[in-house]
Amino acid sequence: MEAAGIPHIKLENIKKGYNSRSVLEGLNLTIRQGEFVAIVGRSGCGKSTLLRLLAGLEFLDTGSILVDGEEINSLNKNARLMFQDGRLLPWKKVMENVSMGLPRDHRLRALNALERVGLKDRANDWPARLSGGQKQRVALARALVHNPAILLLDEPLGALDALTRLEMQRLVEQLWSEKKFTSILVTHDVEEAVALADRVILIEEGSIKLDQYIPLPRPRQRVHPGFSLLVEEILQHITGPGEGPAFLGNQRKRVY
Amino acid sequence: MDKQGETNAIQTAIPWIIPFLLLAGWQLFASLGAIPARILPAPFDVCKAAVGLLKTGELQDHIMVSLGRAVSGFVIGGSIGFLLGLFNGLSKLSELLFDTSIQMLRTIPHLALIPLVILWFGIDETSKIFMVALGVLFPVYVNTYHGIKSVDKGLIEMGKAYGLRGFYLFKTVIFPGALSSILVGFRFSLGVMWMTLIVAETISAHSGIGYMAMNAREFMQMDVIVLAILLYAFFGKLSDMIAKLLEKRWLNWNR
Ligand SMILES: Nc1ncnc2c1ncn2[C@@H]1O[C@H](COP(=O)(O)OP(=O)(O)OP(=O)(O)O)[C@@H](O)[C@H]1O
Ligand SMILES: [Mg+2]
Repeated sequence: MEAAGIPHIKLENIKKGYNSRSVLEGLNLTIRQGEFVAIVGRSGCGKSTLLRLLAGLEFLDTGSILVDGEEINSLNKNARLMFQDGRLLPWKKVMENVSMGLPRDHRLRALNALERVGLKDRANDWPARLSGGQKQRVALARALVHNPAILLLDEPLGALDALTRLEMQRLVEQLWSEKKFTSILVTHDVEEAVALADRVILIEEGSIKLDQYIPLPRPRQRVHPGFSLLVEEILQHITGPGEGPAFLGNQRKRVY
Repeated sequence: MDKQGETNAIQTAIPWIIPFLLLAGWQLFASLGAIPARILPAPFDVCKAAVGLLKTGELQDHIMVSLGRAVSGFVIGGSIGFLLGLFNGLSKLSELLFDTSIQMLRTIPHLALIPLVILWFGIDETSKIFMVALGVLFPVYVNTYHGIKSVDKGLIEMGKAYGLRGFYLFKTVIFPGALSSILVGFRFSLGVMWMTLIVAETISAHSGIGYMAMNAREFMQMDVIVLAILLYAFFGKLSDMIAKLLEKRWLNWNR
C-alpha cells in the first residue's frame, strides 16, 4: 500500500482527440490514494473521455497516465467504471449481472455486494423489473464486487429523481468511506460534487480550469453556509463572471 | 389461481373459434349441396381421402419426403446464412469482402432460378434442397448480420470494461443482444422454406406433398388436392408455432 500523499494516479500532459478534433489538450492531474474527486464541466468537454482513458478503454494521443507508477496501456484492471445508463445486461438476472466476470465459485461475493446496496432479495429478477434507482444500485454492486482500487463514476445518478439521488449519494459516500477506494465522479450537478468530493475539478477547453478543495467536514450538511458558498464559487467559474448571477437563479444548479 | 387458469383457458380457446366455425360452415354447406364437390369437397371427404392414403402408406411417404427436403434445405441454407451473418457482423474485413456481393445476390428472386436449377440438378432431391437452402439463406443472413451490427455499443463497451473478451464477450453480450433479430430471421425463413418447397414440388417432383397434389389434379381428385393444401397450411402453422415458442423461451427477459 502507498503512504498518503504519494501520487496514486498521475496524468501528465495528456492529449486526446477524435478524428483530428482535439478533446483533451494537455491535461495534468494528480490524485491521491483514496481521494474522492468530482469532475464537472460542460457537455462535450471530455469528461467521459477522461474516464474511458483511465479505465483503459481508450488510449492517449500523447502524454501519460500512471497508476501506482505504471503506465496504462491496456484495460485497467484496478478500475471499475459505472455508467450513467447502468448498462445492465437485460438478458441476465440481477445476480448474474453482478457476478459477470467473476469465477463461478464467487457467487457469494456477488450476493454480498447486492446486500450492501440493499437488493439481495431482487437477485433473481430481470433488470427490466427494477426501477431506475434500483438498476443503478445493481450497477454499483457490479462495480464494487471486484473490490476495485479505483471507482470511476460517469454521471451514475444523472437520470434519477431528487430523492433517490440523495439516497444514492449517501450510499456511494458510505461505501467509499468503508472501502477506501479512490473515487472519480463525473457529474453535471455541482451540489452533488460539493456534497461528495474532496476536490472538485472543472474541465474547460481540454484542460483543468479549476481545482477546488472542499474542506467541509463529513457528512456534509447542505445547510452549512460554506456549502453554498463553494457551490456558487464553482458555478462562477463555469458560467464566467458576466453570466454568473443569472445562472445562479437556477434552482437546480446544474451545468449544461 | 383458479381464476387465472380459467382466463388462460379462455384465452387459448378464443383464437380457435373462427377456424372452427369456418370448418363447420364448410361441412354444412357442402353436405347441403350448396358447394359442389367438383369445386370444393367437404371436410369429411378430405378426411376420408387422408385415411385412404394413410392406409396405403402413400401419405406418410409424401410427408416424410417433403419434411426431409424442408429440414435439410433449411439446415444447409440457415447455417450458411447464419455463419455469413456472424462473420460479417463481427469482422470488418469479412464484411467488406462479402456483404455487397451478398446484398446483390439477395435482390434476385430465388424462385426465378427454378428453370436454371432444374437444368443443373435435374428434378431429384438436390434441386429442391438447393432451392429451399437458397431461399432460407438470405433472410437468415440479413437478420443475423443486422442483429449483430445493432447490438448496443454501450453494452459492448461495458463488457470490455469488465474484462470480457473474445468468445466470452460474444457469448455474454453480443449473441444475446442479437438473438431477437436472429429469431425474426429464423421465423421469417421458415415461411420462405415452405413457400419455396410448395413451388418447387408443384413444378417438378416425383414425390412429396406438392407432387401428390399435382398428381391428383390429373385424376381430378379434388379431395387429395385440398388435403395437400391443408397439409402445407398445417406444417406452416406448426413451424411458426415452434419459432414462437423458441422466442418465448429465449427472450423471456424481454417481457
Ligand atoms: N468515439 C468517439 N468518436 C468521435 N468523437 C467522440 C467519441 N467519443 C467522444 N467524442 C467526442 O469527444 C467530445 C467529448 O466527449 P465526452 O463524451 O467525453 O464528453 P462529456 O464531457 O462526457 O459530455 P457529457 O457531459 O455530455 O457526457 C465530444 O465532442 C464527442 O463528440
Ligand atoms: Mg459523458
